[in-house]
Amino acid sequence: MSLEDLKKIPFGKTVIELKNISLAFGGVKALTDVSFDVKKGEVFAIIGPNGAGKSSMLNVINGFYKPTSGAINFAGTDRNEMEPELAAKSGIARTFQNIALFKGMSTLDNLMTGRLLKQKQNFLMQALYFGPVAKEEEEHRERVERVIDFLDLQSIRRTPVGSLPYGLQKRVELGRALAMEPEILLLDEPMAGMNVEEKQDMSRFVLTVNNELKTTIVLIEHDMGVVMDISDRIVVLDYGKKIGSGLPKEIRSNKAVIDAYLGVSDD
Amino acid sequence: MIYKETGQYKSSYKSDHAIFPLLQDKIAFSTLMFIAFLIIPFVINSYWEKAILVPFLIFSLAAIGLNILTGYCGQVSLGTGGFMAVGAFSTYKIMTYFPDMNIMIIILISGLITAAVGIIFGLPSLRIKGFYLAVATLASQFFLVWLFNKVPWFYNYSDTGQITVSERTMFGIPVTGAEAPSYATYLFCLVLVVTLSFAAKNLIRSKMGRSWMAIRDMDIAAEIIGVPPLKTKLSAFAISSFYIGVAGALYFAVFLGAIEVTESFDIMTISFPVLFMIIIGGLGSMLGSFLGAAFVVTLPIGLKFLMVDMVGLSAVTAKHFEITIWGLLMIVFLIVEPHGLARLWSIAKEKLRRWPFPY
Repeated sequence: MSLEDLKKIPFGKTVIELKNISLAFGGVKALTDVSFDVKKGEVFAIIGPNGAGKSSMLNVINGFYKPTSGAINFAGTDRNEMEPELAAKSGIARTFQNIALFKGMSTLDNLMTGRLLKQKQNFLMQALYFGPVAKEEEEHRERVERVIDFLDLQSIRRTPVGSLPYGLQKRVELGRALAMEPEILLLDEPMAGMNVEEKQDMSRFVLTVNNELKTTIVLIEHDMGVVMDISDRIVVLDYGKKIGSGLPKEIRSNKAVIDAYLGVSDD
Repeated sequence: MIYKETGQYKSSYKSDHAIFPLLQDKIAFSTLMFIAFLIIPFVINSYWEKAILVPFLIFSLAAIGLNILTGYCGQVSLGTGGFMAVGAFSTYKIMTYFPDMNIMIIILISGLITAAVGIIFGLPSLRIKGFYLAVATLASQFFLVWLFNKVPWFYNYSDTGQITVSERTMFGIPVTGAEAPSYATYLFCLVLVVTLSFAAKNLIRSKMGRSWMAIRDMDIAAEIIGVPPLKTKLSAFAISSFYIGVAGALYFAVFLGAIEVTESFDIMTISFPVLFMIIIGGLGSMLGSFLGAAFVVTLPIGLKFLMVDMVGLSAVTAKHFEITIWGLLMIVFLIVEPHGLARLWSIAKEKLRRWPFPY
């Protein structure tokens, strides 16, 4: 499995297939026998009530959690677990539910960290900072500036991200993930805590990334309006189990999903 | 008005990423370098050399080293004294085995040896963080000093346990030993400090530095973007130890000439003061390393001057007062300006930008 394998897969074909994933922390079963697949180039949403195991699912895909059982088929290779670093190298980027930015660094530096994997010069060259290093640095800066333009971050380029408002921090985090030029983008509640306008902006960014850069997007989101509007396919989790999957309109009329969200009456 | 950046446009990413992007900084830095290289060597005397300039330069280097590890990579270390001892004893041993080797090369090799030792003591950093890591590095401090005390091979079986530097020259001028003229030791340190500072600054503003800061600010997120935690932390330990090792080598070979390990590389004489330097100067700031070193080196001299020469206290009383004031200042500093002198400087710059029309 590598970035090249991933790039070779035609659009519409499966890139990630999760087979009977179970994840337990001691006696707590976070995920039980969950299977689904993500196709290349789609916007795939994972939804479910609080504590359904959505973030755990992303963490499994991303290599943070090792599944207790089950396998992940990633770009044609079966594997039991991932490593975060390997995931990054093979083109998976992600954002977090509760922002995980480098707070002491400026917006620009935060985005530049997204390029770290692609910078190849060794440290002696960096210490001397001549020729190739300076050139490489500028090259990546140019890429990052494109992301800054795209996300309208010009005015906060030099601001330490710790002092930015919440909505902007979310946007910078998306920027850092985009700076990695990922094939697959995992978004953990990208719109949580935003107002309507910010949500619209964010949806626009997500859709543009999907349309223009052809990035596969897996997202977790609670705002049903957004999810139904922007996603191609949806999987629904409840108490760690998959209770439904399919197109947005199928999910909307799925009995089990409605019960999970609204509760079941006794009669 | 003085610090006006209006009208200084950057037309390339290169100029935007320069070490001194502003014209004022460039002028100030060039002036400083001019004074340091072309004026001070001609007017320097033994007092300025031994009491202020050489210790300032050496401790700046140690502070840069510790700042790389603690300020940039977020790994607290209390083992500075131990690592400086490694640098000093490496220099001593290389000097005895290779009498003809150039002193510059000896010192750089000592730095590399210290870097290797630093990597070994950095290994626990993958598992432990914060205070616990500080305690682990404290162990390295005590272990290394104990080692240099207990194994006579390190001090060539001398009766006193002291190590003494022999004379070495650069371009025919002695830079170590009792005969070295003031300007030579000063320039020797200055060249090393300036070169290594630029190297450190370059590392910090490129890939390496961003990896360190990513680990410092949030190691989980760093891992997600593909920064390997172990490798990054160990690289910080290695490079930091290299700087501290070179500082230790200079401290022994150029500054003191003869040392006794428990006395010279004690936790109270090296490890804590260097940590104070970077805290007072500013964690994660190159300028802070220098300001902190200058502050810590000159404060006792200033206090002594004030109390003994001006007020007329006896030297012993003054010494006691000095320690008290020292501690007091430290506390005041941490409460009033936890980001250190470097932060004060940037506030001053902000003020100067608007002065005299603060609208």
